[in-house]
Amino acid sequence: MIAIIDYKAGNLTSVARAVNYLGFSCKITNDRKDIMASDHIIFPGVGAAGKAMTNLADLGLDRMLNEAYRAAKPILGICLGTQIIFEHSEEDDADCLGLLPGSVKRFPDLLYENGMRLKIPHMGWNNVRWVREHPVFASLPDNLQYYFVHSFYPEPNDEGLGVGKTTYGIEFSSAVAKENLVAVQFHPEKSGQPGLKILSNFCLWRP
Amino acid sequence: MLSKRIIPCLDVRDGKTTKGIKFKDNVDIGDPVAMARFYYEEGADELVFYDITASSEHRPIMIDVVRRVAEEIFIPFSVGGGIRSVDDMREVLLAGAEKVSVNSAAVKNPGLINEGAKAFGNQCIVLGMDVKKVEKSAKISSGYEIVIQGGRTYMGIDALWWAKEAENLGAGEICLNSIDADGTQEGYELNLTRMISEAVGIPVIASGGAGHPEHLYQVLKIGKADAALIASMTHYGTYKMREIKEYLNKRDIQIRMTW
Repeated sequence: MIAIIDYKAGNLTSVARAVNYLGFSCKITNDRKDIMASDHIIFPGVGAAGKAMTNLADLGLDRMLNEAYRAAKPILGICLGTQIIFEHSEEDDADCLGLLPGSVKRFPDLLYENGMRLKIPHMGWNNVRWVREHPVFASLPDNLQYYFVHSFYPEPNDEGLGVGKTTYGIEFSSAVAKENLVAVQFHPEKSGQPGLKILSNFCLWRP
Repeated sequence: MLSKRIIPCLDVRDGKTTKGIKFKDNVDIGDPVAMARFYYEEGADELVFYDITASSEHRPIMIDVVRRVAEEIFIPFSVGGGIRSVDDMREVLLAGAEKVSVNSAAVKNPGLINEGAKAFGNQCIVLGMDVKKVEKSAKISSGYEIVIQGGRTYMGIDALWWAKEAENLGAGEICLNSIDADGTQEGYELNLTRMISEAVGIPVIASGGAGHPEHLYQVLKIGKADAALIASMTHYGTYKMREIKEYLNKRDIQIRMTW
């Protein structure tokens, strides 16, 4: 069973629908028994970092996620879930889970590409260039596009964590991985076939 | 680099798509779920559903459509039409839509944008604007006025002011429909689109007037829109999604070409 972590951060049903569509069973949950009994954990989320961290702490999920990570359970972070896996976010100046070294930064207000001022949030389809191989991103060619919606981006302290890079005025890590943890800034559940492929690779992944 | 989005718009009444659509034989032309699936496979970057059901008693039918669409397609889609409260928004989002679009309800009650953005995040709230060109005046200094009821009622609100106001209130995106261009298939309202797009820091979807891929080129390039809404030009089979995308791609517009 795949546990989709419910910490009141946005709508989790689209992740569950995509996972079900791929033929895997999943449960939207914040129950310790479910989470520790699951084979895989998906940690999604939409919203703001500060509120998300408060909710996680209130539900005891911060410690639980740490524990699951140490127990070598495969974990997939998505969007806000990815951001709060790092140590700190500029959004709400929030201290985060710290499973990965690094922080989350806001896109600069004045962001340009080819002389055009870019809008924030970064919303829509953008490329991901893979910088190293990883089983969860296997058989996905370079420069397919994925759906993004965000105003903040992760900046790992260790260059070696980056798996995929995306450019929006600046280049940032749109996919990172360490041991049993993978995390993407885009929404695989809203990224058509390439996104479904990532979800299915993850659900079959045995790190 | 971020791609420009091509977004087919489907009108739904009492759970059925209303425009006769010349699809392949195996697609039920009246079934919004089958049509959503078709456009998903054709490479649409996003979809817009507009509920034109007159009576609110039929609302559960639309929610059921949203739920079934969400089970079949894995790209973002928004739902508009008849959304008057945060509860209406919640219902549509929980059924699986990525975004909700508010139009006349937000004109009458601008606080709705703010309440929705606070409850679900700015990225969920699309402001739909219906706009008509008018004589410039002290009140309507941009020369574009907000209208409702399909253009029958002028609201005395300047479109440029309203776009900026909606951004301040927390709208994450604007879907800008020119009532003058709508249905003509003679091209988008480029001046209007450019004016609004340059004035706000949120994405603008241009709507109304698409009849040829060149029109999309113009509105994305000259009009500086972030996305283009289309309806008739693909609904009636005149153009395929891929044809439109290839046309734009050849003319150096950044487009998602593989899906």
